[in-house]
Amino acid sequence: MTQLVGLIPLLPLIGFLIIGIFGKQLSKGIVGAIACGSILGSFLIALAVFFQVKSSESHSITITLFDWISSGKLHVAFSFLIDPLSALFLLIITGVGFLIHVYSVGYMHEDEGFSRFFAYLNLFVFFMLILVMGSNYLLMFVGWEGVGLCSYLLIGFWFKNTAYNNAAKKAFILNRIGDLGFLLGILLIFITFGSISYAEVFSQAKFLGVDKPVITTITLLLFVGAMGKSAQIPLYTWLPDAMAGPTPVSALIHAATMVTAGIYMIARSNILYTLAPVSLEVVAVVGVITSLFAASIGLFQNDIKKVLAYSTVSQLGLMFLALGVGAYSTGVFHVMTHAFFKALLFLGAGSVIHAMSGEQDIRNMGGLKKHLPVTYMTFLLGTLAISGIFPFAGFFSKDEILAHTFEHNKVLWVLASLASAMTAFYMFRLFYLTFFGNFRGTKEQEHHLHESPKSMTIPLIVLAVLSVVGGFIGVPEIFHAPHLLEGFLAPVFADSEMKTLPTHMNEGTELTLIILALAIAIAMIYFAYDRYVKKENLPADEDEEINPAQKLVYNKYYIDEFYNAVITKPVDWLSDKFYRFMELRFVDAIVNGIGTSVNWGSRTLRLIQTGSIELYLLIMVLGIAVLLFIK
Amino acid sequence: MQTLQTVPINMYILLSAVLFSIGVFGVLLRRNAIIIFMCIELMLNAVNLLLVAFSTYLGDADGQVFVFFIMAVAAAEVAVGLAILTMIYRNTGSVDIEVLNKLKN
Repeated sequence: MTQLVGLIPLLPLIGFLIIGIFGKQLSKGIVGAIACGSILGSFLIALAVFFQVKSSESHSITITLFDWISSGKLHVAFSFLIDPLSALFLLIITGVGFLIHVYSVGYMHEDEGFSRFFAYLNLFVFFMLILVMGSNYLLMFVGWEGVGLCSYLLIGFWFKNTAYNNAAKKAFILNRIGDLGFLLGILLIFITFGSISYAEVFSQAKFLGVDKPVITTITLLLFVGAMGKSAQIPLYTWLPDAMAGPTPVSALIHAATMVTAGIYMIARSNILYTLAPVSLEVVAVVGVITSLFAASIGLFQNDIKKVLAYSTVSQLGLMFLALGVGAYSTGVFHVMTHAFFKALLFLGAGSVIHAMSGEQDIRNMGGLKKHLPVTYMTFLLGTLAISGIFPFAGFFSKDEILAHTFEHNKVLWVLASLASAMTAFYMFRLFYLTFFGNFRGTKEQEHHLHESPKSMTIPLIVLAVLSVVGGFIGVPEIFHAPHLLEGFLAPVFADSEMKTLPTHMNEGTELTLIILALAIAIAMIYFAYDRYVKKENLPADEDEEINPAQKLVYNKYYIDEFYNAVITKPVDWLSDKFYRFMELRFVDAIVNGIGTSVNWGSRTLRLIQTGSIELYLLIMVLGIAVLLFIK
Repeated sequence: MQTLQTVPINMYILLSAVLFSIGVFGVLLRRNAIIIFMCIELMLNAVNLLLVAFSTYLGDADGQVFVFFIMAVAAAEVAVGLAILTMIYRNTGSVDIEVLNKLKN
């Protein structure tokens, strides 16, 4: 079994190499088969690994491939850590990844960059697997950077469009800003603990006291990295722009996997965070504020993918909130359920866009229920899941987050509930405007409306099933059934559990909270139904006048413009100054000066070549004389 | 052999040096290529003379053996040199070395 673990990231890597090098010469069928096959292979091995971890006594296995860096006091091995947390993430990544690969075979079929797409997708899965399987912070960072790179490549996939390239650059740059914090955190970990491997760092950290400044700094720096990668305030602006990429990319990278890397990192470092309650508070507050902020923007967006993008930012905020109140396994639970229903929603949106011949504005949709029955049904299930309706997956994970937040801090609970309410509203707004009512598009589009091919609808169905039943692995106590996920992940968070006081919620309180949340969600759904179906309200057209408050939210609170004015313009000005002074006058002068002086030297030396033989003979004789007299 | 040894070795050294200097100056100052070759031969022969003188004076035959080598090399070199000179004359119509300045910048 341990030998096979190395295959998990290796298969996608081989897929990438084969498709990358030979892609143009292979047929689309073969490329698709190799790409999907490699992920399927990884999934099957991950499944076997999962069962082994579940049943084995020792909950973590470390498999070392080779000694990577050995320099001075730094010893880093290229080794994988398989424990419940990484096993779970492996399943999510390869499972959902496989479904999205299959979907992409249908979605990208007409595209001329078909093989390039799958090469990048496989490379992405490889790096993501390295990220979650690494047994030290450096390997995690390698994966971290790698997925950032693949995100850039895939967002700017249709590179002939400058706007898409700018979106890709924006994503990469904002990620890098976060990465600076992450790297500083890793360096500080090395200085403090003398090692960057999880086993050594965590075993030392266990014995430390709470609220040491060094640990707080480390955790805050690591969180800066998470802010960039997982799109929290202030580094979230890249995610809505990232919708420029093909929809399967949005589903895989910007919903199910890459953006969850920040949560994985914090869950992995849970002991460090437990020792720094200040950082946890920061994480929770940033999470809930991001959640509320993004949800408010989502209320007014008209592009089907942008709504989902802001929804993702909002849900990620809730995951960070869960981590911030110390409920680590809850955060991971929500990662899992979110992967299911958000991937489902994105793929469904892709199906809609495919049917609408590329249209993404929901103001031009409507009445798609009868034309796209499977997409309609699965999208409905996904929307119910994200709104937290019982018994779908989102209900269980969201309820757990709200319950733990309530225990911790009532104000945060109010804000989180508000964000959840808004989520239900804007998601159903999206749903009703897309699938109900009369068709508002052009005659051309109406003519082409068709349900998507099997390669696209089957993953939708599978994900819908997971969104429906996926929550049952984490039922709350009041149902008197075991919380399977929490039990499974317990060994990973055991040290943190020991340091904090155990909390136990009153059964009555928990039931009240559940019913309250459900009631609010159902009320929001009804409100949306009333507004958009019964009263047939439509969002305003581009040129219509809207009141100033709505305009502010619709324009995303002008945050992009703010960053532009405060950060981009000064940096541009500075770089221009540097260019004029340093580059032109200084560096160029030196480099050109070297060229000029070589020219001058050669011109001077050339004068020796007079062509006159007498001179040559004279010099020869003089030279011999000199040689003779100098011993 | 006795009479030869009554001439002091200095005379031979002086003669050889003078011949050699005449050869050097001839190489440097003359314009006719054939004269230059002759001056080169003059230099070689000056050295030959010196070697033979010392070989007799010291009673060591090595010097005379070396002279044979020098003569063989000189002959070969003259053969090649005159062949080149002939080609130059055929191409440029003159043996004046100032004509051969095509490498001038």
